[in-house]
Amino acid sequence: MHEDKRTAYWRANLRLVAFCLGIWFVCSYGFGVLFVEQLNSIRVGGFRLGFWFAQQGSIYVFVLLIFFYAWRMNRIDRQYDVHED
Amino acid sequence: MSLQFMTYAVVGSSFALYIGIAFWSRARNTGDFYIAGRSVSPLANGMATAADWMSAASFISMAGLIAFLGYDGSVYLMGWTGGYVLLALLLAPYLRKFGKFTVPEFIAERYYSKTARIVAVICLIFISFTYVAGQMRGVGIVFSRFLEVDVTVGLLVGMGVVFIYAVLGGMKGITYTQVAQYCVLIFAYTVPAIFIAIQITDNPIPQLAFGSEITGTGTALLDKLDDIVTSLGFHEYTSGTKSKIDVFCITMALMVGTAGLPHVIVRFFTVPRVRDARISAGYALLFIAILYTTAPAVGSMARYNLINTIQPGPVGAVDGNLEYEARPEWFRTWQRTGLVQFEDKNGDGRVQYYNDANPDFADRAAKYGWRGNELTVDRDIMVLANPEIAGLPNWVIALVAAGGIAAALSTAAGLLLVISAAVSHDLIKGIFVPNISEEHELLAGRIAAGLAIVVAGYLGFDPPGWVAQVVAFAFGLAAASLFPVILLGIFFKRVNKYGAIAGMLTGLLFTYGYIEYFKGLFLKWAGSPWGDNVAAHWLFGISPEGIGVIGMCLNFAVAIAVSYLTPPPPERIQRMVDDLRVPRNFDEAEL
Repeated sequence: MHEDKRTAYWRANLRLVAFCLGIWFVCSYGFGVLFVEQLNSIRVGGFRLGFWFAQQGSIYVFVLLIFFYAWRMNRIDRQYDVHED
Repeated sequence: MSLQFMTYAVVGSSFALYIGIAFWSRARNTGDFYIAGRSVSPLANGMATAADWMSAASFISMAGLIAFLGYDGSVYLMGWTGGYVLLALLLAPYLRKFGKFTVPEFIAERYYSKTARIVAVICLIFISFTYVAGQMRGVGIVFSRFLEVDVTVGLLVGMGVVFIYAVLGGMKGITYTQVAQYCVLIFAYTVPAIFIAIQITDNPIPQLAFGSEITGTGTALLDKLDDIVTSLGFHEYTSGTKSKIDVFCITMALMVGTAGLPHVIVRFFTVPRVRDARISAGYALLFIAILYTTAPAVGSMARYNLINTIQPGPVGAVDGNLEYEARPEWFRTWQRTGLVQFEDKNGDGRVQYYNDANPDFADRAAKYGWRGNELTVDRDIMVLANPEIAGLPNWVIALVAAGGIAAALSTAAGLLLVISAAVSHDLIKGIFVPNISEEHELLAGRIAAGLAIVVAGYLGFDPPGWVAQVVAFAFGLAAASLFPVILLGIFFKRVNKYGAIAGMLTGLLFTYGYIEYFKGLFLKWAGSPWGDNVAAHWLFGISPEGIGVIGMCLNFAVAIAVSYLTPPPPERIQRMVDDLRVPRNFDEAEL
């Protein structure tokens, strides 16, 4: 029982990490590096979108991702009863 | 009030504040000294981490670098922020759960090996000294420009201040001074940026002004910038010149390197709980992002301002360029420091600033009667000179000086502390004198911090030529050596001591060798680099700045392969890893 729960908790954590790192990769390496030219054909205000992701957007996404991860992990900790006090 | 008096007053009061805080929060035992008694709130730790992380390079150099690199500068923006996602998701919470004092200590226990600990200490000391030398130099430069004292005097004052609060206060003193330093540096960075954003676009928020129209022209800032830089033969601002694979690898090396830097990791040892470590990384990145999203805006506006000053009229018109005799005051001041240089190559008494290395532009330049670029502007002065270029009041300029010093001192202090902890805790207590008393260990830590400051000061006073180059090396080294073994230690139970040691050494030697080959590091004294540092010679087209990524992949591959060929780690280590992975142990919860 105890070992199953440990494995299930770890799986839930890994799934969340994989999801967050997927977004992390797409918004920085995807939008900001690999597909920057394609996105640059789209304009948002005075920005070309690929350039905006490389110099602004990716950073905003990083900040949001960490807060999202911290919030979800706190819920998972409670769900598996491993939360601190 | 004169600028110099104002600067003395602002910088002097910031120093008084730091020393006051250090005295109030001085360390009483080794727990205070290494990890601030594990009692720092996540918000305060976030601010301290931000100040710890943002160095003189972030504050002084980055916007200038981006101003001249345009899109290619994005590698620094993404690279130096994205690492926090890795840190928050993959390292910080688990290392906090481990609950000890230093990074080599984790490696020693997880890999049940003193050899692994020594290898980790070597990596740590090399990375940290590289950095700290640059910081002390930064302090010296700010002092010599704004306080008009000798670089050496500036350096000595900076060393003295760091000495007082790092040696007396340890991690606890450093943490609370860093909180104050963050406030000083972020205020100093954003105020001039807001002023300049209003001047150029009427939009007070630099991040938005970056994408706004230049007042009265109906053209967006970035479009205008693309337009004027290409008309002078430079590469378009919003697109890059580096190859895609190189941009990818440099960004990755900087990100992973950030997550592997010991002085950053250790900050997450100071919070009370695992959940605090996670959220604290979020606060840290939020505080860092305020500067990092402002920097590219500052960079673009600085480039625009600079070109507008030099080229007020149409390109190619006889009177299109700035008359040398009518040059503005900031031009004269910075010329005295040698960081702005002018040579009237075509003897017309005007300043021409264009890209004379572009063969496609050579014909047009010849037609205009230009005989080569006449102006050299050091990238490092863009942030420091920006308030003067924009004609901002003296108190803003004084504030920028205090901010630059705060950025350099806070990073230097954090680095010195991990060096002293590696010496007193990992080498002395961990290896040579295991039964040293608490008081003696604390004393050893203080002495080590003091010695580290002296060495750092010496390196800053007389940089051995390679300091600037070694910065890229420090990231590559952290990415290729420490990050993989820490990550595997948490996520891969099967990895054993043989794998870890082999992996670290492979990553380290490969990365070092590649950089040595192309850039010449230590062996440069014996001759020039062996290979020309050009894209055609690079492995897969990856520059030495980005090669840490390949080093990291090799480290992972070797560590895993060697581990499978040798016996698995003992049962107790596997249990230890199980316990690392949960914030509160199941054993306590289940019984």
